[in-house]
Amino acid sequence: MIIAIASGKGGTGKTTVAVNLALSLQEKNPVQFLDCDVEEPNAHFFLKPKIHKTLPVNVFIPEIIEDKCTFCGKCAEFCAFNALAVLKDMVLVFSELCHGCGGCSLVCPENAIREHEQKIGVLELGTSNALQFIQGTLDIGKAMSPPIIRAEKRLIDKSCTVIIDVPPGTSCPFAEAVKESDFTVLVTEPTPFGLNDLRLAVETIRKIEIPFGVILNRADIGNKNVQEYCREENIPILMTIPMDRKIAVAYSTGKTIIEIQPSYRQKFLDLYTKIQRLIQ
Amino acid sequence: MKQIVVISGKGGTGKTILTASFAALARNKVMVDSDVDAANLYLLLNPEIVETHSFSGGKKAYLTPGKCTCCAHCIEACRFDAISETGEGEIFIDPISCEGCGVCSFVCPEEAIEMKSAISGEWFVSKTKYGPFVHAKLGIGEENSGKLVTEVRKKAAEIAVEKSLDYIIIDGSPGIGCPVIASLTGADMAIVITEPSLSGIHDMERVIQMANHFKIKTACCINKFDLNEKNSNYIENWCQKKSIPLLGRISYDQDVTNSMLQGIPLIEYTDFSVSGEIKNIWEKLILLLKT
Repeated sequence: MIIAIASGKGGTGKTTVAVNLALSLQEKNPVQFLDCDVEEPNAHFFLKPKIHKTLPVNVFIPEIIEDKCTFCGKCAEFCAFNALAVLKDMVLVFSELCHGCGGCSLVCPENAIREHEQKIGVLELGTSNALQFIQGTLDIGKAMSPPIIRAEKRLIDKSCTVIIDVPPGTSCPFAEAVKESDFTVLVTEPTPFGLNDLRLAVETIRKIEIPFGVILNRADIGNKNVQEYCREENIPILMTIPMDRKIAVAYSTGKTIIEIQPSYRQKFLDLYTKIQRLIQ
Repeated sequence: MKQIVVISGKGGTGKTILTASFAALARNKVMVDSDVDAANLYLLLNPEIVETHSFSGGKKAYLTPGKCTCCAHCIEACRFDAISETGEGEIFIDPISCEGCGVCSFVCPEEAIEMKSAISGEWFVSKTKYGPFVHAKLGIGEENSGKLVTEVRKKAAEIAVEKSLDYIIIDGSPGIGCPVIASLTGADMAIVITEPSLSGIHDMERVIQMANHFKIKTACCINKFDLNEKNSNYIENWCQKKSIPLLGRISYDQDVTNSMLQGIPLIEYTDFSVSGEIKNIWEKLILLLKT
């Protein structure tokens, strides 16, 4: 089973939920943890994995073979991302705009475009106790995270319970990370920002057609509007976590909730049981 | 005219709260919400929309089922894993994964795939009591958030020139990828707001490196500094070592949530300590922008 832990708004507790759920489960099931928040991966602070293997993630960038090129301009005309510009006697490649689709080399009538690999990030594979750990990291200055998320998801081991820590927002990195999960947990907080971004995340998840539920973090700050929204929309609230300064302080030092309050382990196991029931 | 953008790396560290207070403190400015896929600034500025524009970021592939012979050339050619064969032996193009490159349409021997423009969002020019405000809503699960950010920033710059404004104040988005880069390009200063957690520190370091990579000046402030003073001191020392100006520390305070519930900028909600901290940050920032 693949469970994605997501939220529209950042900083609502995705990583906290993902990490505590994974650690609670690992005694019962084999668990694989994927940190897909590749722009800012943080789960490693809590899981403290031993990394065994580091793999580069590359995308294909066009390279013009100058003595074959006739400057016909077909490549630039085809490129949907404006990553190529053909001048009178020169072709400019804007690699930061290139999505690596390979279209330019397909359309070139002279076979004058060869693709070379450009590194945009890394995957790190390791273990944390019984847990399999995979983290993707986008290189600084690179714009596109989806290829790293895709590379990470190709390593999914379906014999495990897979927990995915999803990047914030509701656009392409979010969609890429939750896609093909069996269940998505949306973590939010009961504030106007939390509600606004939850709504956007719900619209997206409904479009992708994945079963989902909500976890309300810092449940006693703010107001009751998130609960009301969930009731009206028939969205199950799977768990509530109260505002607790001790949890916030523990988080700041890389400690998990179940480390400082072991009674939470059962709550996270109950969460898993609820998710199993909702999928069936 | 100075363009300042508030970013953080990590989400939920207080970008929008800070931006809204800057909006209330600055004179002669236009505001921009460049967090187009989870926009929140409008919740604090109470905008009255005066212009709505649709945004078309790119195209998507559409299949004409009658023409398709299921040869699967498109599946092989797609680098985005967007095309698959269904259990019924039909070709399915997932609109969420499709990046609109057009390769599938090019390789299809039956001309069964058409590339069509899709409306992928809207952007607005609004009036607020603080001044003009340009904001947007990206369509569900869409690409091209960077392009939409560029679009709203372009409009804000036009307004700033037309009205001879002093500041463009931009609310950024979390992360270091495409929309953040788009919100940062050409800005005079990036204000990085962080929190004293290991994640906050790590993400701040990465977002500052990213700003340096694009040669944008940065200044830092620490939100909820009293949650972990040891980590806050670490951040201060780190900034000093890297010659990054520290604009100030903001206390952990229930009034932050209360102001959000009221739907107004924090500095209008309270006159107490946390408001004073933000006013000091703004004053330091103005001085810094003059140097």
